Amino acid sequence: MSTQEPLRIIGDGGELPDHPVPDGLGEKELLELYRWLVILRTFDERAVMLQRQGRVGTYPLYWGEEGTTAGALFACEDADWIFPSYRQCSVGILRGLPVATVLGWVRGYGGPAGFYNPRDYRLGPICVPIATHLPHATGVAWAAKIRGERTASLAWFGEGATSEGDFHEGLNFASVFRTATVFFCTNNQWAISTPVTRQMATRTVAEKAAAYGIPGIRIDGFDPLACYKAAKEALDRGREGGGPTLIEAFTYRIKAHGTADDPSLYRDETETQKWAQLEPVGRMASFLRRLEILDDDKNDELKAEAKEMVAEGVRGLESVEQPGPEVMFDYVYASDNPWTFTEGLEEVNSVARKPEAAPPQPPSPPSAGDVEIQPGSGAPGVEEA
Amino acid sequence: MAELTMVEALNKALHEAFSADDRVVLLGEDVAQTGGVFRVTAGLLKEYGGERVIDTPLSEAGIVGTAVGLSLYGLLPVVEIQFDGFVYPAFEQIVVHVARYGWRTNGECPANMVIRIPFGGGVRAPELHSDSPEALFAHSPGLKVVCPTTPSDARAMLLAAITHPDPVIFMEPKRIYRAGRQEVSDALPFDLGSTNGDASSLLSTARLAREGNDLVIFAYGATVPLSVEAAEKLKTDKGTSLRVVDLRSLYPLDVDAITSHASACGRALVVHEAPRTAGIGAEVSSLIHERVMLDLEAPVGRVTGFDVPFPQFANEDDYLPSVERIARGAEKVLSF
Repeated sequence: MSTQEPLRIIGDGGELPDHPVPDGLGEKELLELYRWLVILRTFDERAVMLQRQGRVGTYPLYWGEEGTTAGALFACEDADWIFPSYRQCSVGILRGLPVATVLGWVRGYGGPAGFYNPRDYRLGPICVPIATHLPHATGVAWAAKIRGERTASLAWFGEGATSEGDFHEGLNFASVFRTATVFFCTNNQWAISTPVTRQMATRTVAEKAAAYGIPGIRIDGFDPLACYKAAKEALDRGREGGGPTLIEAFTYRIKAHGTADDPSLYRDETETQKWAQLEPVGRMASFLRRLEILDDDKNDELKAEAKEMVAEGVRGLESVEQPGPEVMFDYVYASDNPWTFTEGLEEVNSVARKPEAAPPQPPSPPSAGDVEIQPGSGAPGVEEA
Repeated sequence: MAELTMVEALNKALHEAFSADDRVVLLGEDVAQTGGVFRVTAGLLKEYGGERVIDTPLSEAGIVGTAVGLSLYGLLPVVEIQFDGFVYPAFEQIVVHVARYGWRTNGECPANMVIRIPFGGGVRAPELHSDSPEALFAHSPGLKVVCPTTPSDARAMLLAAITHPDPVIFMEPKRIYRAGRQEVSDALPFDLGSTNGDASSLLSTARLAREGNDLVIFAYGATVPLSVEAAEKLKTDKGTSLRVVDLRSLYPLDVDAITSHASACGRALVVHEAPRTAGIGAEVSSLIHERVMLDLEAPVGRVTGFDVPFPQFANEDDYLPSVERIARGAEKVLSF
């Protein structure tokens, strides 16, 4: 089923034609999906600014990949479980996770300021190690199947993750036990500095589905409606007993891997600028304008709402007290703490803490949507893409 | 009341756990149709069906990784790793996710599963069928690591591990799977519906295996009966009185038992099959020296495997602590 030409719905208003809106998406739904895109874009840009100001730590940018996150999530039912990698770290805010919690995670807080209860949002913990959350997504849908429930699961990961063993193990179990799991690969063609051609010798990610006897669908990852349509069909098929699906959202990492990365060291940024023309938020907005669903007023209103939502999250973040040393020992065990913790707490509490460094003066913030990536400006990056 | 081997006692515990709680599921290679290569899981498929007793693909990271998802959705997975040396592909899932899931979810979703690992040498097996990887897990915060030595403990500790809210690495000393029989009560060792003190103490306390006053040997798994034998030999040959303590819990270690037995005897020896460096013995020795050094007549000794890959089995008797090596190790500490 894998095809070389990615599935696309939204055209460019010129030579590239628009295709019919997927079933089930009326005016209200299209605007809601656009609202989600605006929220994710706003969060991403604000998080980069906060990192530049020294108010959060290294942050994995996803500017340009909002459509893969919001589009796929829009296809999920509320009961479905979703499993983000770090590049979808903010997806939870679309399910009610406080923005401050995601920012707390980026600031280096543990629970409860930076962690959450997955069962509250049917949202796996933000997964930092590559591909290891894929078997978890399989397991959740498998458990639902064992219990005779319709719950499906969806996991996002990058093309670099397909080189890991857990990619294979997650897909293999899902296909053998026919779990309702959607493996949503955002092929942004770069794992930090490693191009997709160094990850795999196959022409596409989607064709790897053949190895599992499952459908492999290739879509335009800059097209939120294509992301929605492919995910929706895959989830429906899974729920009906059709097993898992591998989706390859073909896209491009417009920005750096993370705030500590400098892409000019390894790739031609004029090429990047070409891809950036396809970015999903502006593209969806243009599409909605062509359908006369969106106008300037509505657009401004959605942006203002998103800005306030994120600003409230920032205020929430700033209201969190610096955690004391004892939090290191919290929640490690559900049963009584082992005796070693008593000694550890005694020791750490007996040592005076370094006074908190004063936050650096905020530099003049970069303009929204055009964030310059400065080399060497942050802590070491999160590993791989 | 019946006389059971460790394999039968473990099997009994699994039947009891499956019967008591329908959230319990079993995953592993060859665990359903054949009942496991050691037959620990025999009869479960017939009794509880293929939805709960599951032959998986040959894929340790996949087994443990999907078990994390099963646990997240509310099931209670019991995972069998077929042999000790096969656990390494699952190491990332265990250390990165199983151990940390409770911590990472504000204590709401600990990956409460049991990972059973038949371990250790002495069974004339091919490479990677005789390893002792327990220290790797004891060194990974978020896990409990235990090892039963008697059939009765094996049954009670496995039930305790399944009902325990934290993930438990359950090391099964395969060399003594069928070494002897012990009476195992038909009555449950504790109320399976509650996580009461009896159950959790089974996962955190050591057991006195032999009385004695001149020196205490700390051991676990297959080295416990060897240590008892060494103690008998020294009693016969030299008239010395050796105490043997079965550690049972490798994380957390039973520090009170370790220090009180060491204090009472004044001399101590630690025995295990695993390589010496950074092994459980190093930790036991450190605890004793840190806490009760002034009660000691001699530095704590160790009789362990060597810092080499577990040898091809033609040499395994040279590698494994034997009655003779344990006795000599004890004599060295006694004669300090």
